[in-house]
Amino acid sequence: MSGMELIKPGTNFDFVRLFKYAYSFSLVLILLGLASLWYHGGPNYGVDFAGGIVVHVKFTQPTGIADIRQALEATDIANVTVQDFGQGGNEFLIRMPIVEAATEEFSSQVAKGLGAKFGEQAFEVHPGETSSSGSTTVRVKFSQPTNLADIQQALAATSLANVAVENFGQGGNEFLVRMPTAETGTGSLAAKVQKGLSAKFGEQAFEVRRVEAVGPKVGSDLRRKALLAVLFSTVMMGVYIAFRFEPRFGVGAAVALLHDVLITAGALSLMNMEFDLTVVAALLTIVGFSVNDTVIVCDRIRENMRKLRRENLAGIINRSVNETLSRTIITTGTAVLVIIALFFLGGEVIHAFAFALLVGFTIGTYSSIYVASPFVLLFEKEGKRR
Amino acid sequence: MPRGILYRALLIIGLTLWAVMYLVPSLMVALPEWWPSFLPSRKIHLGLDLRGGTHLLLNVDLEKAIENAVDQNAEDLRRVLREGNVTGVEIQRVGQSLRLRAATQEAKNAAEKILSEQFPILTRTGAPQPAEGEIAVVLDRREVQRLREYALEQSLETIRNRIDQFGVAEPTVQRQGSQEILVQLPGIQDPARAKDLIGKTALLEFKLVAEDNKAPGADGTVVLQGQEVEPLSGQAHKVPYTLERKTLMTGDVVADARVRPPTNVEGPYVELILNDRGARLFEKITGENVGRRLAIILDNTVYSAPVIREKIGGGRASITGSFDIKEARDLAIVLRAGALPAPVTIAEERTVGPSLGKDSINQGVLSFVVGGSLVIIFMAIYYKVAGVLADLAVVLNILYLLAALSAFEATLTLPGIAGIVLTIGMAVDANVLINERMREEVRLGKSPRAAVEAGYERALPAILDSNITTFLSGLILFQFGSGPVKGFAVTLCLGIISSVFTAVVGTRVVYDYLLAKRRLVALSV
Repeated sequence: MSGMELIKPGTNFDFVRLFKYAYSFSLVLILLGLASLWYHGGPNYGVDFAGGIVVHVKFTQPTGIADIRQALEATDIANVTVQDFGQGGNEFLIRMPIVEAATEEFSSQVAKGLGAKFGEQAFEVHPGETSSSGSTTVRVKFSQPTNLADIQQALAATSLANVAVENFGQGGNEFLVRMPTAETGTGSLAAKVQKGLSAKFGEQAFEVRRVEAVGPKVGSDLRRKALLAVLFSTVMMGVYIAFRFEPRFGVGAAVALLHDVLITAGALSLMNMEFDLTVVAALLTIVGFSVNDTVIVCDRIRENMRKLRRENLAGIINRSVNETLSRTIITTGTAVLVIIALFFLGGEVIHAFAFALLVGFTIGTYSSIYVASPFVLLFEKEGKRR
Repeated sequence: MPRGILYRALLIIGLTLWAVMYLVPSLMVALPEWWPSFLPSRKIHLGLDLRGGTHLLLNVDLEKAIENAVDQNAEDLRRVLREGNVTGVEIQRVGQSLRLRAATQEAKNAAEKILSEQFPILTRTGAPQPAEGEIAVVLDRREVQRLREYALEQSLETIRNRIDQFGVAEPTVQRQGSQEILVQLPGIQDPARAKDLIGKTALLEFKLVAEDNKAPGADGTVVLQGQEVEPLSGQAHKVPYTLERKTLMTGDVVADARVRPPTNVEGPYVELILNDRGARLFEKITGENVGRRLAIILDNTVYSAPVIREKIGGGRASITGSFDIKEARDLAIVLRAGALPAPVTIAEERTVGPSLGKDSINQGVLSFVVGGSLVIIFMAIYYKVAGVLADLAVVLNILYLLAALSAFEATLTLPGIAGIVLTIGMAVDANVLINERMREEVRLGKSPRAAVEAGYERALPAILDSNITTFLSGLILFQFGSGPVKGFAVTLCLGIISSVFTAVVGTRVVYDYLLAKRRLVALSV
């Protein structure tokens, strides 16, 4: 006895006829995603990419966001956001930017401190030659020779702790103000959050489950690297296919992959899900997986092109897609089965990751039929016209 | 039975035994008594996101290390000029270069001669064009390279020392890239303290407090903050100290540092035991400056500035200040471990509490079991016997994958578990391809033997191509990612290798065996 058959042999959907509708469909999906990205001002970056600090707390009881905000307002942390995490109503993500490390912030503080004592017109502040790690030094130039101790005094009155002031140059009117690096690190904001929360709710009422702090430079660095990694892998897949099959198959594959990545990123934005490192892992996996279908279809197209020399290309493509359809659906189906398990059971930490995979794998299957193959046809038509 | 089948079967049995051997330590709470010592005894290494702990990425400020070296050279140059009786040359550091301003042509010539004869590591720069009577020099490019390398290595060594003394089980301290250091501290309870300990530059300096007649900020002086505690209220406030710029002694002469318990008069303090050179230097400094105040400065903060009453021999000095016993202990650790040659900043911190780690393991295992079962059930229903065979391949694949993680000492993270789950869903693809081909061949009326042969042979190129592409994107991810994401790339890539083997070689053996025994009358696919 034989197993089940999802797609009966001899099935012959006319995929090629649907190509032109597919183009519009893809275009709508992509535009929808891009519109959402534009509306939100880019992807909703997690701390990995945006930089900043996130503190993940879990309360023993369901707790209101407003209460948490209130508790944090009592601390002196600026720009805190609180968001729900998971379904329980007792887990929250508290996010805040890292401000101390910014040279501009530091130099404006210096300018404010000095301005209070000497008047705004008495000096200029130049953010110094910042070293690559963001060590904060500013150069201050007074119009008159000024006493170093007075400067020291003026700065001591500000919130800046442990700044060192040095003479710079011979005129007696230029000085370097340096902030010790320990003060410019990711700091103890997480500890402040903890203190603020225990003041309101008590120490036993919650636990800090996770703290992530990423400096702004690391974040922007990672963004660039992530973009490069996705682009590079897409191009590499295209090159591989072009090398194994024919150049036009490679172009089709690369376009289909870009299509998948764009739509997935757009879907994440539409759902307002966080774009973090695991999502990049998902995108690269989507690239690797989606190209599988393209490989299988191309492999069959090539085989049929040898076998059926009489038939035109559109017919061959249609036939090949139909012949591999059963496999395509089953393989995507089993992959989607496990991703659904990850999405619902894998926990909040990999939620966005599972969601991206779900969208990407589904779209990836569609695109290998409706984007990669028509591309091959497109090239063929242009070739004939010449 | 053909010999080929036997060899392949033995290979699979051997691999399976090997896998089981590597997995026993991970599956058992404690290894049995009789477990021989030559067999693997390590458990699968769990990432910080699963076991809890702190991950720190430190950025070493190498530019500052170079500035320090330039300062040092300026100091040496001033001394040589003084000793050579060359006057009228002012030296100033601008960024990483030195500007020499000579009052006369004579002085300029003398300075140039000394530069070229005694300071080969300083090279002249053309840009920006120095003004009339000025010489601009920078450190030689090779020297800069050497300094960077040295500063990074030294920082690594120092941080490793500090962490060892702090007492963390299985810490990881390693270089990453050209100026970063990765620190992983599993199961740590007090990340704030660890961060403090690691991030301290711990640059200990001894400088004289400037004499009273010198105006604060006068040439050759520097103003630094100090802490002073009011004895009655216990309130600390900042006091600026005007110090002579010249550093008389630094922490590199410290041989040991110990915490001394509090007395009635003062709190706990740290006693420094100096090495021979330091002892002689300290004796000389104190001998020459009786009656003046000597400031003890750590990381640009004046801790104390006692008056030197007499020459101090014996190579002992103490740092007092307003700290409790825990702070004193950490201070002693950083002084013992030595100063960082350059400041470090924490570029990235990730701390995961133990309860979240435990939850993640549970959720990961649950989705693994549910996802895996769904796929296995589906395959058995859809392809019948061929599906069960594919399921066997899946089980073997998981076994090999986990064993490989253990054998290669790879780290299992939450995304890594997701990678295993995903591997199950994707790995059946190879068998799907084979089975679909076999169905096609059967439909064409081929015999079971021919169908099996054609099925495997025709599906193979597609299987290889599709797995190679996924593997490539896994490699790129491995290059790009860090920590948990790297764990995903590892399981993904290992899963691909083992799944191709189990799906292609593993299932084929069974068919070949059945064909050889003539048991396979009709294909159940």
